[in-house]
Amino acid sequence: MSEREPLFSAKNLKLIREPLGPSNPITVQVLGICSALAITVQLKPAIVMTLSVMAVMTVSSVVISLLRKMIPPRIRIIVQLVVIASMVILVDEVLQAFAYEVSKQLSVFVGLIITNCIIMGRLEAFALANKPWPSFMDALGNAFGYGLILIIVSFFRELLGSGTLMGYQVVPNSFYEFGYANNGLMVLPPMALIVVGVIIWVQRSKNKDLVEQN
Amino acid sequence: MKSYSNTYIFIFSVIMVVVVAVLLSFVAMQLKPLQDLNQEIERKEDILASVGEAEDVSDVKDKNAFIEQEFEKYIADSYVVNFNGETVDRDAFEVTLNIKVQADKPVEERLYPVFVYTAEGGAHKYIVPVRGKGLWGPIWGYMAFEPDMNTIAGAIFDHSKETPGLGAEINTNWFEEEFIGKKIFNEQGEFVSIGVLKNAETANNPHAVDAISGGTITSNGLDDMLEDYLAGYVAHFKEKRTEN
Repeated sequence: MSEREPLFSAKNLKLIREPLGPSNPITVQVLGICSALAITVQLKPAIVMTLSVMAVMTVSSVVISLLRKMIPPRIRIIVQLVVIASMVILVDEVLQAFAYEVSKQLSVFVGLIITNCIIMGRLEAFALANKPWPSFMDALGNAFGYGLILIIVSFFRELLGSGTLMGYQVVPNSFYEFGYANNGLMVLPPMALIVVGVIIWVQRSKNKDLVEQN
Repeated sequence: MKSYSNTYIFIFSVIMVVVVAVLLSFVAMQLKPLQDLNQEIERKEDILASVGEAEDVSDVKDKNAFIEQEFEKYIADSYVVNFNGETVDRDAFEVTLNIKVQADKPVEERLYPVFVYTAEGGAHKYIVPVRGKGLWGPIWGYMAFEPDMNTIAGAIFDHSKETPGLGAEINTNWFEEEFIGKKIFNEQGEFVSIGVLKNAETANNPHAVDAISGGTITSNGLDDMLEDYLAGYVAHFKEKRTEN
């Protein structure tokens, strides 16, 4: 890579764009499914989770990328974990101090960002071998890709499961009077898996390249 | 791939750990006062919410100041009693803030704070904190009693790690409202607590509420918490009841 490459070169922009579609971390790389199931009951925690993952991911990517020539390969996984874990603790502390309500809502899931496979996956696959700026773009792109799926899934789960969006009721009361009922199953984790499955289905039927050949 | 000596790896790890430790402890110490303040405000908000005050808090710009002001206004009096109902010279709010310490002790040795709520018309309600174990972590709450020290006027529960959509439902309105009007003493005046039961037939049973489907362990934990914690107040409640 030449030193004079512009910040938003086509190559760098592709790092952001690709994870939103053809290399989406959840639907294509199938990483980070666990948290996608857990926090998508409602839209709001999903959005905050996206932002937290974004913060953790971009900073750890840049840190790992800066250290990439100093990290001994034999302990690189440990180093990645330490960087991610400290970032997660920082995010948790900051949320507790400045966004107490939100931190209560996310409760255990902030801590679980540590185990989010996307972050370690990208550190291992990208940041260890690339310069800070492309690593930053890659992290941002993947966090967006993760957040996009989270938001789509939680949109349907909250709408169909509780009849609300961001906590506000959107299904009018008259629907309920006619016998419409919220689908309790949507609130339970299995439906997140099914919604993710539907997204994967839609995505692959539109983009045949993604269909695995046997 | 470049190879690194063991010494390098060792030094690298030591430096990394020290840097991370210093950074995290520094941040934790800097943010501690803010976090403590948030917790204090939350306790006060919960105490007010158990009697249905400060409900429009989300419309207020300066939440902390609003809660402090409402707390001053409505919770004029508070005191601490022990298991035998004798008054202990301690600050009720401070005991409530560190309720974990009390909850870890046996029932007989705990200190029991009581907050007296005075409504605008002058009527009193008595608010007591409770704390127990859910499925994944602690659960806690505030129960408000009418002056008969028997009928529940309101209840607020919260948790730190219960399963969202299941056990975590204990902090929702529909569940908390079930408690209003329930009684903790039976007709013979014996303490029976409030059962959190499956098929509670709540309409005919003044001492039970419906448990949460899918949240059995949290519901059982809540049931145990009420029985365990309210038992400590029985002596004081019986005394207070005759006074009122």
